[in-house]
Amino acid sequence: MRSEEIISSLERRYLTDLLAKGERMDNRGFWESRPIQIIPNVIKKAEGSAMVKWGDTVVLAGVKTQLGSPFPDTPNNGVITVNLELSPISSPSFESGPPGPDAIEMARIVDRGIRESKVVPLSDPKLCVIPEKTVWILFVDIYILDDGGNLIDASALAAMVALANTRIQKVLVDEETEEVTLLDETEPLPRKGCVASLTYAKINDIIVYDPNLIEDRGKIARFSVAITNEGLVCSMQKGESGVFLEEEILTILEKASERVKELITLIEENSQVTELREMFQFDF
Amino acid sequence: MNEEITSLIREDGLRLDGRGLHELRPISMRTGVLDRADGSCYLTWGNNKIICAVYGPRELHPKHLAQPDKAIVRVEYRLATFSVGERKSPAPRRREYELSKILTESINNVLFLEKFPNGTIDLFITVLDADGGTRCAALTAASLGLADAGIPMRGIVTGCAVGKVDGKIVVDLSDIEDKEGKGDMPVAMIFNTGELTLLQCDGTFTPEEVEEGLKLSKTAIGQIYQMQRKALLAKYSQIEEHLDELDEEEE
Repeated sequence: MRSEEIISSLERRYLTDLLAKGERMDNRGFWESRPIQIIPNVIKKAEGSAMVKWGDTVVLAGVKTQLGSPFPDTPNNGVITVNLELSPISSPSFESGPPGPDAIEMARIVDRGIRESKVVPLSDPKLCVIPEKTVWILFVDIYILDDGGNLIDASALAAMVALANTRIQKVLVDEETEEVTLLDETEPLPRKGCVASLTYAKINDIIVYDPNLIEDRGKIARFSVAITNEGLVCSMQKGESGVFLEEEILTILEKASERVKELITLIEENSQVTELREMFQFDF
Repeated sequence: MNEEITSLIREDGLRLDGRGLHELRPISMRTGVLDRADGSCYLTWGNNKIICAVYGPRELHPKHLAQPDKAIVRVEYRLATFSVGERKSPAPRRREYELSKILTESINNVLFLEKFPNGTIDLFITVLDADGGTRCAALTAASLGLADAGIPMRGIVTGCAVGKVDGKIVVDLSDIEDKEGKGDMPVAMIFNTGELTLLQCDGTFTPEEVEEGLKLSKTAIGQIYQMQRKALLAKYSQIEEHLDELDEEEE
């Protein structure tokens, strides 16, 4: 159990000395990920959900759908919003209250990956019930339950799997009165491919993939990239005050393009699950 | 609700979900599920899913809340946005504030707060999936989280709702029975002493029905208390097994 937000200088030295020798605290290679466990479809009341354990990090994402008005500039498109909560459940240093800048940045990184990759085709006619009037609104809510480092990748994965398991209700529209009736029958949310986020931390001058909690604390800079199943980069975010060199970014992109394939396979293996899964299967 | 529900008790005398009048839904509990919290519990109760994290006794911020003679207890009860039928806004509502207060007052009685002056014990409870009876389930999980954190307690608080459905007193209301029934009476007590730490009700009950409800809730709470004991013991027997395995490996 660790209750301090700040990394001690002793721990930082241990971390950096190890890295200088080419080793990591948890015996991983620099480009190696921690084990990932996914349980899709765990929340009965949600239209789609997924629990992700990534190393020691635990994240739960849920999708709720409801009918609402489109944005005026995209009158025929569905709407998606991503919200992320750094719940005090997940760390002694998180406090309750409305999301702060950190949570909002993470939510927006996840949002951008999903939005720009167009994995949920918002212009799909299934998401538009009455043009300019009624469209499906998708709320993706992400709860961090245990902070073990690299929250961005775990959140993006949970959100993507939750969307890949989301079902929307079929609707009946009366052409004349424009009255909408929701039917009991559901269909899968339209989806085109998938996207995954990959985060790299720079500690001194060494770059590692998937930072754990202590590496997260000790990093000087962070770089997150979202890549689609087609290998397209659709979102990047450099974070923290440290800097990257051009060749460092290019190395990261090369490594990420390889690694993303494994994540895409994981997502596809856990999509379209119809039965409700039990979280007790989860090795918390 | 589109269809009018005529009866919550079937012709064979069982409830809509096939339970007897005094039967509990399936309950399971596990402690020590979270890495970062001092104590934690994951509990499922029917389709309710609840996670509770406990921190403390720890230093209290902001300082002006501190009490020089004892620790304070802060309970935060929240519904996840996707835990209910229509998406709930992430900002807490009046119901969540009230329940947080009621739960605090229901649980702080079993803690030796005078041992930790100026400190705080913080409980964060999130309902991940709601299906009626979340406050009792939350309390049951909170007790386990506190015990898991190793905080000294003089007893375990256990909750279970009773209610009135089709003129009969039933144990452990489901979501639909809570919404469509004639009354809901959440009860929590320290089972070993029989002391009530939470008692609320809505709907209408005769004094005799309240008496019957309290009696039924005590029996149900006894059953749940045994499950809580088992869940706490399970954690330590796991450690014991693990130690045994290590011993064998050494040999």
